[in-house]
Amino acid sequence: MSHHIVEVQDLKFTYPDHTPALNGITFRVEHGESVAIVGANGAGKSTLLLHLNGYLTPIEGKVRIGDYPLTKNTVQEVRRTVGMVFQDPDDQLFMSTVFDDVAFGPLNLGLPAEDVKERVRNALETVGVFDLKDRPSYRLSAGQKRRVAIASVLSMSPDILVMDEPSAGLDPKARNQLIDLLKSFKHSKIIATHDLDMVLDLCERTIIIHEGLVKADGPTNEIFMDDILLADCHLEKPLGMKNCPVCSPHDNST
Amino acid sequence: MSLRLDTAYYDLGRLDLLAEKKSPIHRLDPRAKVLTSLVFIVYVVSFDKYEIARLLPFFFYPACLVGLADVPFGYLLRKLVLVSPFVLFIGIFNPILDREIVFQFGFLDISGGWLSFISIMLRFTLTVGAALLLIATTGFPAICMALVKLGVPRVFAVQLLMLYRYVFVLIEECIRMIRAYTLRSFSKKMMPFHVFKQLLGNLLLRTLDKAQRIHMAMLSRAFTGDIHIVRQFSFGMGEIAYMASFTLLFTVLRFYDITDIIGKFILGIDG
Repeated sequence: MSHHIVEVQDLKFTYPDHTPALNGITFRVEHGESVAIVGANGAGKSTLLLHLNGYLTPIEGKVRIGDYPLTKNTVQEVRRTVGMVFQDPDDQLFMSTVFDDVAFGPLNLGLPAEDVKERVRNALETVGVFDLKDRPSYRLSAGQKRRVAIASVLSMSPDILVMDEPSAGLDPKARNQLIDLLKSFKHSKIIATHDLDMVLDLCERTIIIHEGLVKADGPTNEIFMDDILLADCHLEKPLGMKNCPVCSPHDNST
Repeated sequence: MSLRLDTAYYDLGRLDLLAEKKSPIHRLDPRAKVLTSLVFIVYVVSFDKYEIARLLPFFFYPACLVGLADVPFGYLLRKLVLVSPFVLFIGIFNPILDREIVFQFGFLDISGGWLSFISIMLRFTLTVGAALLLIATTGFPAICMALVKLGVPRVFAVQLLMLYRYVFVLIEECIRMIRAYTLRSFSKKMMPFHVFKQLLGNLLLRTLDKAQRIHMAMLSRAFTGDIHIVRQFSFGMGEIAYMASFTLLFTVLRFYDITDIIGKFILGIDG
């Protein structure tokens, strides 16, 4: 498990109702990289993420996580390697208390109770919500739920973090705190999002998915400078890269 | 309608808030409380169908819990009233069906039906009250854990846990749907049936979707079919004393007619 790489080769997927979702996606994420996957609604981001933790298996093409090609036999190992944070924390936090939720993964891995407690403690302390451990999950705020959802994945010590819209539904402060938290992680990160400003802060590399294909793959700054590409893919330059309309009202050309 | 649902939602949440309090009763091992409540309920329902007088001393137990655990009495009463119609309908026909006069109270003839009706209502108040107090002093998740430790099949307890976890999400979803309907239905009092059935169908589809996503989340955390939960309980002297004293009390109340004995003692009649 020395190489926390993710490799996707010519991945194709069509849903049972014949809706094509992925039409041949290829990319490779290296150890420790932080990569954003952006694209319009329905571009295929979520379907791609579902392949990365083995919920969907490729119809055509290959997915390789670390040392394992994704097959039915390796799926358990792949799921241990890839920590998946879902878009809606209510889907992810299904146990009745925060502690049970964070302990769920390690217990499934068959760890002894003492180790599980230690892991839960570490994970909750990392995301800064250890005092919530005995609270019922449904009574937390959206920001707290998100943190607990991340802790529930961290407790499995994954090598790679995959997140679907981690900043969705958070207030500006909670969002900033989340960005700082994610910045502090040394894992390889793959983040699917519409929050391009967060991408600017977090990911040095961006992959744009459009109609089930990789439309662009490169350094975030370069990709976000390409207005035509962004417009083609139903995207917009992040606010952080736009000129302020109040401070420089004359400069509307960029 | 939606307002009522809102209230029910917050009311349910309040039971959990109560369970977070720190009283001597709250600190007891959940197993002791579950077992004591069970003994209490079994004894209460085991009386003869016309029994009233001997049920009354059993109110000592809920009264004790309300006092020691600082549970708001009004809240408990409201919850009981909320469920009471179901029980009312079970017993309401007894006075009509069973008209045999059992005893006379001054010039009033009391029929067996009335006695059994009152007895049913008393039993309901005692048993449901005890169950509510158990949740309010222990919390639902802890009760489920205690059940597992006491040998209840894990699948059963996990189902209960999931039910409790998602009933809130389900109610929230209902509230949102009804709110959306209310905002565009312009003061129509009743929801037409064709709208209701669509709402219900929609809710089912959303529930299935959600279930699928939850399953996905479970799978991605190495779920293979078993749910494991760690919980350490300590069953010490406090628990033993609590269980033993209440069980002893219930047994005495069940097998000796304590009201009769006290009555005779006060009136100076030799038994």
